[in-house]
Amino acid sequence: MKPKVAVHKFSSCDGCQLAFLNLGEDLLTLFEQVDVLHFAEAGPVDPGAAVDISFVEGSITTPDEVERIHAVRNNSKYVVTIGACAVAGGLQALRNLADSGEWMTAIYASPEYIARLDAVAPVSEYIKVDMELWGCPVNSRQLLATIGSLLAGVVPRTENDSVCLECKRKGQACVMVTRGVPCMGPVTRSGCGALCPGLDRGCYGCYGPCEKPPTEVLAHWFAGLGLTREQIAQRFLAFTPEAPAFYSAGRSRLPGDD
Amino acid sequence: MPDHSVATGFLAGHDFARLLSALAGQGYRCIGPTVRDGALVYDTLGGVEDLPTGVQISQGPGSFRVEFNQGTRHFDWANGPQALKPLLFTSREILWQVQRSADGELQFSQQDPEPVPTAVIGVRACDLAALRLQDRHFVEADVPDVGYTARRRRLFLVAVNCSRPADTCFCASTGDGPAATRGYDLVLDELDDGFIASAGSKRGNELLALLPLQPVSAEQRQAAAEATEGAVAMQHRQLPGRNLRDQLFANLDHPQWEVVATRCLSCGNCTSVCPTCFCYREVDQPALDRESARHYREWDSCFTQGHSYIHGFVVRPDTRLRYRQWLTHKLGGWHDQYGRSGCVGCGRCITWCPVGIDITEEVSAIAAVPT
Repeated sequence: MKPKVAVHKFSSCDGCQLAFLNLGEDLLTLFEQVDVLHFAEAGPVDPGAAVDISFVEGSITTPDEVERIHAVRNNSKYVVTIGACAVAGGLQALRNLADSGEWMTAIYASPEYIARLDAVAPVSEYIKVDMELWGCPVNSRQLLATIGSLLAGVVPRTENDSVCLECKRKGQACVMVTRGVPCMGPVTRSGCGALCPGLDRGCYGCYGPCEKPPTEVLAHWFAGLGLTREQIAQRFLAFTPEAPAFYSAGRSRLPGDD
Repeated sequence: MPDHSVATGFLAGHDFARLLSALAGQGYRCIGPTVRDGALVYDTLGGVEDLPTGVQISQGPGSFRVEFNQGTRHFDWANGPQALKPLLFTSREILWQVQRSADGELQFSQQDPEPVPTAVIGVRACDLAALRLQDRHFVEADVPDVGYTARRRRLFLVAVNCSRPADTCFCASTGDGPAATRGYDLVLDELDDGFIASAGSKRGNELLALLPLQPVSAEQRQAAAEATEGAVAMQHRQLPGRNLRDQLFANLDHPQWEVVATRCLSCGNCTSVCPTCFCYREVDQPALDRESARHYREWDSCFTQGHSYIHGFVVRPDTRLRYRQWLTHKLGGWHDQYGRSGCVGCGRCITWCPVGIDITEEVSAIAAVPT
């Protein structure tokens, strides 16, 4: 019997689901190998289906989503979270750092119709997660590696090196060393293929922290390159603000929070 | 110093293109340094015009800057981020594939490497010393590495003696430069109006026979010798000795390991640019259709968690232990494994460390000067 798969969406931009749709021919192979029971962006809709693997995109931001994510857990043998929102809050978790109630009354005519949680949280704050794929967005290669391994019955490999190793494997010259560009590569998790340094830009850190990221060492170096405390904070908090290592490095540098 | 028993001659600057065309005529793809992305990287050369001309490199801890002068020389700088390592010990390659046949049997196949014969122009003495060490590891092993060995056999090496070391260079202190003494097919001394070309192998001799060489004058010899002497004198960094094995292993609890760990990013840039570091990992990638899988090898680093993971726990969980592993292995353990230190003084780990950690300073703080 084919394994059953679901792709669920929570608070997110849908971009990580595109990593499935962008698989090309592999998408056809995937649909031959598994029964996709729920994947609204691709067609099949059956959110309550019991499956072997659920891929979850997005963070938990509303009371309704809390109920839904528990249902996903109960209906799934494995839960794999995909993307910065699901694993570490994502951009919308930036509201945890501000008075978002004030924003809401400033923007919406009738904010009382908006149901929301006090804080945006990664999926793992509510349920047990079996594997996390980091990235904003995740890419097709990561999905292929993970699904290929799961179908073969082996534990997928966790990628947690720094981006620097990928950058060097590709023969790219370090933008920090050649031009003094502040680059998050040394503290950021690999998986993207060192995309931004390959385009002559510093890494934005969208894949979140690597294993034991030396955030204070890099922050100190950024200060030497001329970044203000707030600019340094923004780099750590932009994509994965709820990842503990980046949260503490960024939060401690925000104004009024020494 | 040029060896007078082999062919030597002066190749005028305007005839330098003849060297590349002679190599191309013998079926070699020519690889050489080119300016790209603010660095000097090896790439395929279409002609002499692809080589840097009038380029100077300013290197320091964590800093590499390409500068242009009005000069006509092609090799008036020390080195870029890559040595020969990526050409031979490739950063990622498929070692084997497995396919399930119709009757369910697993069939393993190894991709037979058929590398293109490659000539590398501008190899430095430090790179040749590193190549010798990588050869020891990959070719002269009990089981020679198939891909590395095949690529190595098809390599033609045109060395250039260094006349302008970088601020980060210390090859004089490791005994590996600045002049190339062995391991090349040809070696060049670059002068303002051309090159003294000397053969180091039979193939090199044969190539020189194809070039319009003139006799080398005493003045030209003198200029080359002075350039090498100058390149020694310009180096101000050094390791405290060529064999630091005992001093390092006697200082495993030295407080400096902790100090350097507070500055180290553990990012692995040093090991990646090091021309002698050879650690790799192997990973499998099963295909979606469950009928095949590929087995890859890719560069690893002693600064990763996976490098010291042994069934259930990580032997070196923190930066202090990882940096110590790198340094004690390279400067200590290599003496037991390969009969010499693993450092050739190229200085790349100093330049390409994003936060400018200087191996010579760290070692000097940890290992007392040997008597």
